Amino acid sequence: MEFGIFTVGDVTPDPTTGRTPTEAERIASMVTIALKAEELGLDVFATGEHHNPPFVPSSPTTMLGYIAARTERLILSTATTLITTNDPVKIAEDYAMLQHLAGGRVDLMLGRGNTGPVYPWFGQDIRNGIALAVENYALLHRLWREDVVDWEGRFRTPLTGFTSTPRPLDGIPPVVWHGSIRSPEIPEQAAYYGDGFFANHIFWPKEHTQRMVGLYRRRFEHYGHGRADQAIVGLGGQVFMRHDSQAAVHEFRPYFDNAPVYGHGPSLEDFTDQTPLTVGSPQQVIDRTLTFREYVGDYQRQLFLVDHAGLPLKTVLEQLDLLGGEVVPVLRRELAALKPAHVPDAPTHASLLAARDAAGTASPVSVA
Amino acid sequence: MADAPTPLRRRSLVAVHAGLSQPSATRLLADRLGAAAGGELAAKGIDARLTMVELRDHAQDLVNNLLTGFPSPALQGAIEDVVGADGLIAVTPVYSGSYSGLFKLFFDVLERDALAGMPVVVAASAGTARHSLALDHAMRPLFAYLGAAVVPTAVFAAAEDWGGGQDPMEPSLVDRIARAGRELAAAIATRDAQAAPDPFADPVPFERLLVRDDT
Repeated sequence: MEFGIFTVGDVTPDPTTGRTPTEAERIASMVTIALKAEELGLDVFATGEHHNPPFVPSSPTTMLGYIAARTERLILSTATTLITTNDPVKIAEDYAMLQHLAGGRVDLMLGRGNTGPVYPWFGQDIRNGIALAVENYALLHRLWREDVVDWEGRFRTPLTGFTSTPRPLDGIPPVVWHGSIRSPEIPEQAAYYGDGFFANHIFWPKEHTQRMVGLYRRRFEHYGHGRADQAIVGLGGQVFMRHDSQAAVHEFRPYFDNAPVYGHGPSLEDFTDQTPLTVGSPQQVIDRTLTFREYVGDYQRQLFLVDHAGLPLKTVLEQLDLLGGEVVPVLRRELAALKPAHVPDAPTHASLLAARDAAGTASPVSVA
Repeated sequence: MADAPTPLRRRSLVAVHAGLSQPSATRLLADRLGAAAGGELAAKGIDARLTMVELRDHAQDLVNNLLTGFPSPALQGAIEDVVGADGLIAVTPVYSGSYSGLFKLFFDVLERDALAGMPVVVAASAGTARHSLALDHAMRPLFAYLGAAVVPTAVFAAAEDWGGGQDPMEPSLVDRIARAGRELAAAIATRDAQAAPDPFADPVPFERLLVRDDT
């Protein structure tokens, strides 16, 4: 089981002080948060990709490349990489390069993006969102697996005799997760390829996540990648913790009430009832997180959102101390004990390389 | 030999209204339309249960749904009642020459195509008959956009319609309600009970997504 954090990279005023960080401060904070995640023994840091204020991470591989140089073990990922408006050729090149520089500690989560104007800014139409996700990934998938590609589709100029460089590290394409909140076509896509499926999980009631993951698992088995309970599932989570749970609620409330996504809407209490948001003690977060597997099955990756809505860096680092120091160690132990042996861990570059080497040494040729 | 008795059929009839006051003329109009349609259906051997959705009860949840993208459990129940209905009675008070904001909010949070093909009676209440064109200039275009099958008779009730102030040369409010109820019942009776397709139970196979060029 992998644990980590994902960040949206929003530049939001702190509602308790009115102070807005500069872009430079926010970018530096994101790096600090990633380094802290490594220091605390978390497994994954994932950054969003956005092309409009108030968000700063427009260039994920630049940021992740910098973090890769300053870390040793952390898996660097995205939440999400826009498969709709990015050129799949550039995704193939950028992430293969990042994979080499990071020694394989790279995967990516593909998403469509839901900001209307981003599509026309990049020459696309949001009404083609699903079709773009399908076609662009079909091309990306081939570019990482075939040395020379001839290709023609609806959305980009044709390719004849094209080789995407660098080739994936050790010939192993980066692991891909497909992320979606509500479109059934995306878990279907993830199942077809046998890739991972990541359910955002944090903004909507669990029933939405449950039916998305249920569809993915059923179709994963249908397409012959393994049993439904062996499909590769990731979930988002959103927490705010203090040892005194009432103090957590009191401190987080102004950030909740003014948050860009759900602020000025439902109460904190209603939202924690209706979604996986947990505000309270580390033990409450442990208890709530342990319920996730009851409705999605045993899963492979849990990412938490801890740094949005104007929370100051100092507070975020305290959250990470609680997460890495008190919550994740317990979750690792408890979830490992609950997980049946036939349910795999999330694939990584290292595990795929080891599996390939094992298959190679087991072959008759190398035995002889 | 006598004809075999027609088996009793069941259909669900839902009224949505955005009246705010207690008592509300808008609610009264919804009640009367529900009774008229229910009576007509009963005469056709169809047992129709009327469910009344009072949008005032869901006002805060509707705003929250707009902001968060998902309904509260209570609002979810009301939405399921409406989109699963066999026929709908939609009644709004007229505010600023159109349906009220609360009324529109409910239809704004429905999934696209949720009301496609649904038999609907549109109705409105107002203080004066001068607002009656709100039905044809606002309500019909809204339900045309939603793809609903709006019956020919729309019912407008001005304050005077509830008393003796009606135009003796025109059909009375009671007559108009009865006619709209007949039209709605006829539309429901000729339409098969609907079950919406479930994209999670029956996903479009990926091979078809790969080759589809009309999306």
